[in-house]
Amino acid sequence: MIHFVVHDEGDSVGVVVVEGVKSGDTLAGWIMDQDKELAVTAKSDIPIGHKLAIKALARDATVIKYGVDIGRVVAAIAVGEHAHVHNIKTKRW
Amino acid sequence: MDLSKASFWGYKRENGRIGVRNHVVILPVDDLSNAAVQAVENNIKGTLALPHPYGRLQFGADLDLHFRTLIGTGSNPNVAGVVVIGIEDGWAQKVADGIAATGKPVAAFGIEGHGDHDTIMRASKKAKEYVQWASELRREERPLKDLWVSTKCGESDTTSGCGSNPTVGNAFDKLYPHGVTLVFGETTELTGGEHLVAARCRTDEVRKKFQFMFDRYQQIIDRHKTSDLSDSQPTKGNIAGGLTTIEEKALGNIQKIGRKCAVDGVLDKAEAPTGPGLWFMDSSSAAAEMVTLVAAAGYTVHFFPTGQGNVIGNPILPVIKLCANPRTVKLMSEHVDVDVSGLLRREMTPDQASDALLECMFRTANGRLTAAEALGHREFVLTRLYESA
Repeated sequence: MIHFVVHDEGDSVGVVVVEGVKSGDTLAGWIMDQDKELAVTAKSDIPIGHKLAIKALARDATVIKYGVDIGRVVAAIAVGEHAHVHNIKTKRW
Repeated sequence: MDLSKASFWGYKRENGRIGVRNHVVILPVDDLSNAAVQAVENNIKGTLALPHPYGRLQFGADLDLHFRTLIGTGSNPNVAGVVVIGIEDGWAQKVADGIAATGKPVAAFGIEGHGDHDTIMRASKKAKEYVQWASELRREERPLKDLWVSTKCGESDTTSGCGSNPTVGNAFDKLYPHGVTLVFGETTELTGGEHLVAARCRTDEVRKKFQFMFDRYQQIIDRHKTSDLSDSQPTKGNIAGGLTTIEEKALGNIQKIGRKCAVDGVLDKAEAPTGPGLWFMDSSSAAAEMVTLVAAAGYTVHFFPTGQGNVIGNPILPVIKLCANPRTVKLMSEHVDVDVSGLLRREMTPDQASDALLECMFRTANGRLTAAEALGHREFVLTRLYESA
């Protein structure tokens, strides 16, 4: 059973692919490009399709997904926490 | 799936292009002619009216695009014949002449000096003639390379980037070596991944043209924006689905062009490609606008991956929807042609997912109606470049 997927092993976030993830759940992840697995404990309730941090991210750090820069951290994110518009912003526009 | 001998059944048009639908279109040049085209559609069963809100006092590049889109729509091989109606004879004839270059039957009617009644009567007689003629045309077996396939995604979420978009990319990688004519676009939705597209351009010349189109669109955003676009790109639906930034959305979007095919050329909006391969079309990322533009460029089947559940269709271009979000597949099943949610449960491989999409593509090309067609989705939306005069 996979709870979240990660595109590339260098990524800082993964995507929850099941409904009903609650804080405290142990989540099984699958890194697609390298076909590896990892486990993370959720520190937030996270809706399906939303991201969780799989690496600790300090303020102003760059968020990596698909092995590429997808934005800037505006509030620190711990491993297992919900990563979205409240703590990540675009670097463009 | 072995595609080396793959074929489909299509309608061979006068100019050699192959269509997968056989529409007789009643095409208005302008907003004022919508009532007449809809009356003709009502009179003559089996015809298809394409009402739209524009066509008056446009000028310059915006008017050129208007004509290119209307002429391209009528010229699409999914269309057997066209009845054009405009308020004035001149522009109606201009659109009809453009379509006539394909060799297909087309007739033009101007309303001024006749009124709606007389115009509708004469146009209906012509439409009846065309629809009875078209109804006797037969499909013939054609090689895969005669299919033109476009793609654009919508109401994307993170499952689009992990599941449905890579499935299109995988299918494009399979179609490309067989000489299929492919296209993608959505200029602003490459923001953050434009360097990856540039790196895929076949030549420096193509790369320069792509970069020009990309930079031009960024300048439009910069000129008109009143915020960082975080309410528009990503959309509210994208954000609800878990997408956070335009960069993340763009990187998911780019999965649609696969990993192997090169970008062989760059097209302006509604411009027809001149050969097989993968083309980039400068275009809006709004679903109906983009799909209308690729239909006008002559594409005959469309792959539309969605995450949160965009319901779009097009009147002449069959839109095949695929989705990897298990929640959307469950809640909006009537809109989904290909369910690839198994990818995210590791119950389906990327190869199996793209085979499922290609199987649906062949069935659709052979005549099976897509979900959007069966549900009556006929979004026909013309792109405007600026205000009318």
